[in-house]
Amino acid sequence: MTQKTFLNRVWYWLTIGILLSLAIVWAMPLLWALVASVRPFSEPMQHGDIWFGSTVTLENFRRAWSLAPFDKYYINTIIVVLMILGVQVVTVTMAGFAFAHYQFFGKKWLFIFVLLQMMIPTTALLAPNFGTIRTLGLFDTRLAIAIPYFGSAFGTFLMRQAFLGVPRDLVDAGIIDGCSWWQLVRHIYLPPSIPSLIAFGISSAAWHWNEFLWPLVVTNSDASRPLTVGLVRFTQLGEIGARWSLLAAATLIVVAPLLLAFLIFQRRFIQSFIHSGIK
Amino acid sequence: MTVKPSAVPNHKRKTLLPYLLILPTFVFVALFTAWPTLLAIYESFFRQRLNIARFREPTFIGLQNYATLFTDDRFHQVVNNTLIYALGTVPVSIVLGFLFALLVNRSLKGIGWARLAFFHPALLPMVSAATVWKFFFTPDYGLFNSTIRFLGYHGAENWTGNPSLALLAIMLVAMWKNSGYYMLFYLAGLQNLPTDVYEAAALDGANGWQTLWRITFPLLRRTTVFISTIAFIDAFRTVDHIFVLTSGGPSRASTVLLYYLWQLRFENQDIGLSAALTVLFVAVLLVFTITNFIVSERAEEN
Repeated sequence: MTQKTFLNRVWYWLTIGILLSLAIVWAMPLLWALVASVRPFSEPMQHGDIWFGSTVTLENFRRAWSLAPFDKYYINTIIVVLMILGVQVVTVTMAGFAFAHYQFFGKKWLFIFVLLQMMIPTTALLAPNFGTIRTLGLFDTRLAIAIPYFGSAFGTFLMRQAFLGVPRDLVDAGIIDGCSWWQLVRHIYLPPSIPSLIAFGISSAAWHWNEFLWPLVVTNSDASRPLTVGLVRFTQLGEIGARWSLLAAATLIVVAPLLLAFLIFQRRFIQSFIHSGIK
Repeated sequence: MTVKPSAVPNHKRKTLLPYLLILPTFVFVALFTAWPTLLAIYESFFRQRLNIARFREPTFIGLQNYATLFTDDRFHQVVNNTLIYALGTVPVSIVLGFLFALLVNRSLKGIGWARLAFFHPALLPMVSAATVWKFFFTPDYGLFNSTIRFLGYHGAENWTGNPSLALLAIMLVAMWKNSGYYMLFYLAGLQNLPTDVYEAAALDGANGWQTLWRITFPLLRRTTVFISTIAFIDAFRTVDHIFVLTSGGPSRASTVLLYYLWQLRFENQDIGLSAALTVLFVAVLLVFTITNFIVSERAEEN
């Protein structure tokens, strides 16, 4: 028995050790970026000297900001994310409600048609979609980045599921009371479905904050370029080269809001990520 | 008083309302999913290159674009790379995600930080993650190279510039980024497992490994199927890190399907060939998701 508890104890500390080392390895890139970003610009990294410099300074952030208009990129990203979110909340609620509440001719096929968007990722269609953006005259606008996502199969699916979970009796009571379709949505379907809507909203915002390839293709100037595309351009500027402390600062400028939001709303974030795994 | 038609449960009377409610979603899905698919099929039958004057106007060439792709060594290499990328990153990330979930599934002071350490890469934009990894892979003083040198590795150091290591380099970044995300699903699964099964197993004298492989893993099979689906789709559609780390090179060693598609369309300005590749890409994705759907439906029935 004593031998068994001894083995258990060894096993316990062994797993703690593995856990700790793996966690440190996994956190290393971000930790290094944090340290490197406050290293003086005038002290390039070299063999064996890649952590703190002689002092701690914020000049890399200032310098990065002066080399590229990160404030514009920020505004563009925020506008794109809010535009997508604002439209999606309306479209997915409406479509989710229609699919959950009504019986109508062609319902099944319409639903399958909408779900197509979940089976074919929009990114795969970037070549023909680029043509559409050109035809619509939207090239190099923030709307061009956002518009393909205005309808969301995933959001529709999620809201339909949530609405189907609303007790039938409650809905019938609303109908008997003479609620219009809008009042049914507003007072009966939406209140218990808000968690689903928030989960969808968080995952959609995180997803589009991070998107790169589609914005890269449809933007051509700083007036519409979002943070991700701006960062990649920044890394390719001639004068940046191997200025790692500057690159680290630029990277942190881009990731800071999401990380902060995550630290504040951790539980909610994690729930949403699990909720929205299909994305 | 007569009952108004609208008071019939289910709103069964004929009305345009449901169609109007679906209309916005329908229009956007039609415009940016259905239409581009059809357009790509159509364009794939034509030769059209925007940067070559005599090929600027489309000419009908039947299936020649497909023939070009299938007989092209570059395409073979790209398909090969894509398969290695997907079949390498997906299982490794899933196993790591499972391992992380087992390790952090305990109540311990500070365990939240460990979960954060594993999960945070999933939150970062892939381009930011790749920018940091670019430093890691730097020859000579880069952290990754310094570390593996310390561990006794004395091979090539220019990972992103070495044809035999570039693909592995971008795979490492993807594994680092995704495994913490998959951990979340396993963690949720582990916390919902029925405890009585474990009590029974303990009574039967099952040891830790037996419990893990005979009980925990089978009970999480649905989670695993689900994670595999999203992992494979992600492997096909995330190429952002390639832009930052390797630009698909050296000599196409780290070019995967979607990156190649981007090159054909936006560097070579080849409308026809990129359309044909889009069609193949969409077909593969559809076959994959539909097969997966059928398999998981069947798993549900069992």
